Amino acid sequence: MTTPANLKYTPSHEWVRTEADGTVAVGITFHAQEQLGDIVFFQAPEAGRKVKQGEECAVIESVKAAADIYAPVSGEVIAANPEVADSPERVNRDPYAAWLFRLRPSHPAELAGLLDAAAYAKHAESEKR
Amino acid sequence: MSTIQAARRCTPLNAAHRALGAKRVDFAGWDMPLHYGSQVEEHHRVRRDAGMFDVSHMLAVDVSGAAAREFLRVLLANDVARLARPGAALYSCMLREDGGVLDDLIVYDLGGESFRLVVNAGTADRDVAWIDSQRAARAPQVSLVPRRDLAIIAVQGPRAREKTWAAHPPLRSATEGLAPFHAVEAGGMFVSRTGYTGEDGFELMLPAAQAAASWQALAAQGVAPAGLGARDTLRLEAGMCLYGHDMDETVTPLESGLAWTVARAGGRDFIGARALEARPAARQLTGLMLLERGVMRDHQKIRCGAGTGGITSGGYSPTLERSIALARLPRAVAAGETVEVEVRDNWLRARAVKPPFVRHGRILIQI
Repeated sequence: MTTPANLKYTPSHEWVRTEADGTVAVGITFHAQEQLGDIVFFQAPEAGRKVKQGEECAVIESVKAAADIYAPVSGEVIAANPEVADSPERVNRDPYAAWLFRLRPSHPAELAGLLDAAAYAKHAESEKR
Repeated sequence: MSTIQAARRCTPLNAAHRALGAKRVDFAGWDMPLHYGSQVEEHHRVRRDAGMFDVSHMLAVDVSGAAAREFLRVLLANDVARLARPGAALYSCMLREDGGVLDDLIVYDLGGESFRLVVNAGTADRDVAWIDSQRAARAPQVSLVPRRDLAIIAVQGPRAREKTWAAHPPLRSATEGLAPFHAVEAGGMFVSRTGYTGEDGFELMLPAAQAAASWQALAAQGVAPAGLGARDTLRLEAGMCLYGHDMDETVTPLESGLAWTVARAGGRDFIGARALEARPAARQLTGLMLLERGVMRDHQKIRCGAGTGGITSGGYSPTLERSIALARLPRAVAAGETVEVEVRDNWLRARAVKPPFVRHGRILIQI
């Protein structure tokens, strides 16, 4: 299962999981980590930072390249995942468990505009060609 | 990703790479494996045990004839007169008249008046044309034979030799006593104790039709397939130059950390010699180790007390678990000095160090 059905997705290959308290966890997809190769460095966003939807807010570096991570929705950064900062290879091993940061959405309506699993899978497949 | 793809050239091991599910890339027009799952894992396998690389995209070129030795003494910046006996190998640059580096290569003395050059894939066609034009002008009786009929498998790592012998038992007696940077014909192969990883091992040149069987035999002995990704991080840790990144036609070997490969003794008049005399190196190639978190990449800018420079090869070192690079900097920069590298809009501190970073599994720089 490379695109879990319970998550939302962005065209820039982030996944978004809405938690019970209304905050969201953000990570990168299986497809994204596969394209990047071994991930060796995660530059986390600072807690408290306010971001707009689509804004660059973190950086993932792999052996191959650096990739910007974009805020999937607007909001405030609550926390970054210290386990990923310490062991970035977790993103390769289990991209849907290795969340990168959590946001408190300021415009929850934006969530409805994200891709569902089927639409994202189609998008990722189209980029492979 | 590109949507228009020209037909890529395939090595005799292409089907083996596909069967292993390799992630493949275009390298100088060749369809080559980048990795087979994890580049970092492949890197560690080579440092700690044994890995194998398909490097059949590189080209062997046989140069022979009565004047071959004298011709190569003019063609190459290193002096084939240093080849003491048949089987000996020498690393050299091939220069233009202006001292710019056309390619770097290894030349093997095959005995008699025969030599084998092994050149880079990306420059192979240009090299053959250049060598042929020099041959026509200087030594028309010398023959030049590109050997696209050969495949090349590099088996590298502390256990590479014993695993090669287990896969190819007839090679053992012929290559047990083979010294580093020497080669021998054995078991229908041309076996050299050379490589591009900073580890011990062999490079096997063999008929293309036998390549897949040899690859399978090595795999059966636990030699890990490794792709161009690991090859690049291994050679960077070993402080070895990559043509097209660390040097090219616009720089001389003296500006590329390769002065040791230029044999100027006796005023030997090789192609480019006069230009090197007239063009003292203002810059040097040095190693860098990043002192902060992040990854240095090719072409990033460097600033330091003595001026500016740039990264020629940057990346992540799996052995050192931090970013390292080769960089071209003003000559005044000394090892131990701190410089600044522009990594994604931030100026990060890095320390100049003398390569190699890693050899034979050991870290050689202070971290």
